[in-house]
Amino acid sequence: MNKIVYRKSAMLTDAPLTYCPGCAHGIIHKLTAEALEEFGPRPTIGVASVGCSVFAYNFFNCDMQQAAHGRACAVATGIKRARPEALVFTYQGDGDLASIGIAETIHAANRGENITVIFINNAIYGMTGGQMAPTTLIGQKTTTSPFGRNEAEHGMPIRIAEIFAQIPKAAYVARVSVHNPQAVRKAKAALKRAFTYQIEKRGFSIVEFLSSCPVNWGMTPREALKWIEENMTAYYPLGVYKDAGEVDE
Amino acid sequence: MAKVLMKGNEAIAVASLKGGCEAFFGYPITPQNEIPEYLSWAMKEAGKIFVQAESEVASINMVYGAAGAGIRAMTSSSSPGIALMQEGISYLAGAELPCVIVNVMRGGPGLGGIQPSQSDYFQITRGGGNGDYRVIAFAPETLQETMMIVAEAFEIADYYRNPVMIAVDGLIGQMMESVDPDFEVPRREFPPKDWATTGEPGKHRVINSLYLDPKDLERHNLKLEEKYKKARENEQRHELISTDDAEILIVAYGTMARICRSAIETLREDGVKAGIIRPVSIWPFPEKAFAALPATVKGILCCELSAGQMIDDVKIAVAGRLPVKFFGRSGGMIPEPEEIVAAAKKFLAEVGNE
Repeated sequence: MNKIVYRKSAMLTDAPLTYCPGCAHGIIHKLTAEALEEFGPRPTIGVASVGCSVFAYNFFNCDMQQAAHGRACAVATGIKRARPEALVFTYQGDGDLASIGIAETIHAANRGENITVIFINNAIYGMTGGQMAPTTLIGQKTTTSPFGRNEAEHGMPIRIAEIFAQIPKAAYVARVSVHNPQAVRKAKAALKRAFTYQIEKRGFSIVEFLSSCPVNWGMTPREALKWIEENMTAYYPLGVYKDAGEVDE
Repeated sequence: MAKVLMKGNEAIAVASLKGGCEAFFGYPITPQNEIPEYLSWAMKEAGKIFVQAESEVASINMVYGAAGAGIRAMTSSSSPGIALMQEGISYLAGAELPCVIVNVMRGGPGLGGIQPSQSDYFQITRGGGNGDYRVIAFAPETLQETMMIVAEAFEIADYYRNPVMIAVDGLIGQMMESVDPDFEVPRREFPPKDWATTGEPGKHRVINSLYLDPKDLERHNLKLEEKYKKARENEQRHELISTDDAEILIVAYGTMARICRSAIETLREDGVKAGIIRPVSIWPFPEKAFAALPATVKGILCCELSAGQMIDDVKIAVAGRLPVKFFGRSGGMIPEPEEIVAAAKKFLAEVGNE
């Protein structure tokens, strides 16, 4: 007898992914889709942002809106207020969220908007060809920090999960990674928790993913995953930074 | 219903509810604060959505999200705040989302001032955002007209799937006038919003303005252009005031038109046959009003609360057939009717000598 051991999530379309080989967006899309599917079928609306994941609206098999650069959380606020019954998520990179869109993101969290933010931190601007991001590590060379990021000139890399953990109306804040199977399992659990909190109307949830950009980092995919483990997790420790806890509390 | 005395900004808020506004997103800025203040309780009372956003940038993007989710959404602001919204307005137009934007204009550039001005004409009719797009824009003169246009704007926005802006100046926003809020809102036929992202399981609808393939983007631009052509044909609005025998025609809208009404009375008392073409729509500009001008007209005086912006459209409409001159005050200064009377007489004397 044939037995199905794996199938693509129904929350992903058949559109070919536009991501570079070795990029972790594919894994994170898969995890997001699988987590959404587990809570479905239910009304779901996603918000794509500007950056490598701009075409996320082609990949997630649900109603999608494409937002201006940095404005995903404002757009998601409008959507969630209009359709409170829908599961609403944004999918944003580090340029979009941590740089140009930090105000919209912080204020959505501060209002306690019942939305889930999936934040992809790969320490670089991928779509535009490898420029410095607010999350670029000290010493990391990019096309606009060719001598390496240095604290005196560029400041320190911004730690989003730690910042959002301070916001009272943020119900769930976690930083996860996808550099090995154990990390992938934890990442999926974090996503499910974030969506659960949204469904329970607990407030804002954000899951920060440490992600790889082999092309702009100048590494092989395997080297890139190793670089996440050795360099990124040292500065961006994995873990749950805020958990509003059980409903009864 | 009997007439009631209302403040301009409150009248706008009342009219937006009448127009079926389901969600308001805004950020405080003078001189339009009474709009969000009123709606902060009125929307709640009506079981609708009110959000004070963290900025005008966020406001317009919340409008985008709500409009994309299929409900009637609105924001209001004043000149510098509208400048901040231009990116979002471009995206709304590009993604073909309907919304209503109220601009209670103040002086500029930069932080400018908080007194009444019409110096956003370029910003509104030329658009501060990127790309080939248009915003359908009206510039009413009285509170009654403002209310009726604000309420109808939601229908027009849904009909064209495009942002509609109502531009008044701070004077109209702040003054009180008697209005009859019990008016009929003209309804339009438009298809159901099956494009909206309601989240319905199994659907994959996309609200988007990105077309990376130039062939697709040009096709999209041409589609938008068709829509704007239709608006150009059908949405021009203007009022003609004492134009039949006029030797001088004043072109003025909003508060400036109110002042010019007094000026032409004085001019006629002084034996000068003066009339007014009052644009009500500023995009599309009411070119049709200029198609057949009375043979008696010797010149056209464009009057604005700006350094001269609408005059470009007046010159395009007049197409060199008659001399066009400008009179304006800016920075929040409001002219006395006598200043316009003097400008009209001087202009006529010059034209007479030519």
